[in-house]
Amino acid sequence: MSEFFAMGGYAWYVWMAYGAVAAALVVEVIALRARRRRALAQLRMSVAPPGARPSIIGARGHR
Amino acid sequence: MLINWYRFSSPVSFYPLAGTLAYAFAIVAALFAGAGLFVALFVAPTDATQGDSYRIIFIHVPAAWMAMFIYLVMAGWSAFALAFNTRLSAMMAQALAPTGALMAALALWTGAFWGRPTWGTYWAWDARMTSTLILLFLYLGVIALRAAIEDPRRADRACAVLALVGAVNVPIIYFSVQWWNTLHQGSSISFTAAPKMAMTMVIGLLIMTAAAWCYSIAVSLARVQAIIVERERGASWLESLIQPSGVS
Repeated sequence: MSEFFAMGGYAWYVWMAYGAVAAALVVEVIALRARRRRALAQLRMSVAPPGARPSIIGARGHR
Repeated sequence: MLINWYRFSSPVSFYPLAGTLAYAFAIVAALFAGAGLFVALFVAPTDATQGDSYRIIFIHVPAAWMAMFIYLVMAGWSAFALAFNTRLSAMMAQALAPTGALMAALALWTGAFWGRPTWGTYWAWDARMTSTLILLFLYLGVIALRAAIEDPRRADRACAVLALVGAVNVPIIYFSVQWWNTLHQGSSISFTAAPKMAMTMVIGLLIMTAAAWCYSIAVSLARVQAIIVERERGASWLESLIQPSGVS
């Protein structure tokens, strides 16, 4: 197992590359979800009277 | 069966389709990524000359390909938006830019960490590396230009022109390894010749490329949905996305 993580002595290079890709994709997906939530929240604000708090219909793929 | 494709050129009918497709492509991307990473890290043999450092190829090459291809697709939607003045095509171009920028940045980053053990340097002003850096700046320029223009329709046109002008850079990147004899090596896989690497390596690379494709499609479609909500606010159909409150 430790041999796998050692990557034949290239651990720093291989895992810095793979780690950055993994981190970047996670950040993009999280940022995208936040953007979606923000957009829908603003839409709710513009539609509903203040005080009323309607919920979002949970459509497929829209989480 | 006759499908009226024009129906999907309007945000109202495209929105639910984009959601379904984004969900499907995300699942396929995850499956491809799992299989691809397994081949890349466990199945593919250690390279005779580069050792295990070559395994960066499985993320570097798909990222670089996606960076170039997404730009061409973005430029294509931009041309469509300019020619036909269609809102949705401009939104598609807008949705592609951040993912393209990310792919370009990842191609440069993974290339740096591959270049260090194999070439002895993280960075050189090599033709391909420099033109890929310009690609990243073009993406960032398109994003910044949109952020700087208040009116979305004007921003659509300005970004479309910039995206189209910048498209000249993509063939420069692609052919840079042939036109200039600098550090970056030629392509390992081409359409005309047999691949210059082991079959398991090629298979791993193709699976990872498929994963990158599906991922890019999924996030772009999810982003175009958010953009539709942001930009079409005030359109009555959008209200159906949120449940009617008990008040009204």
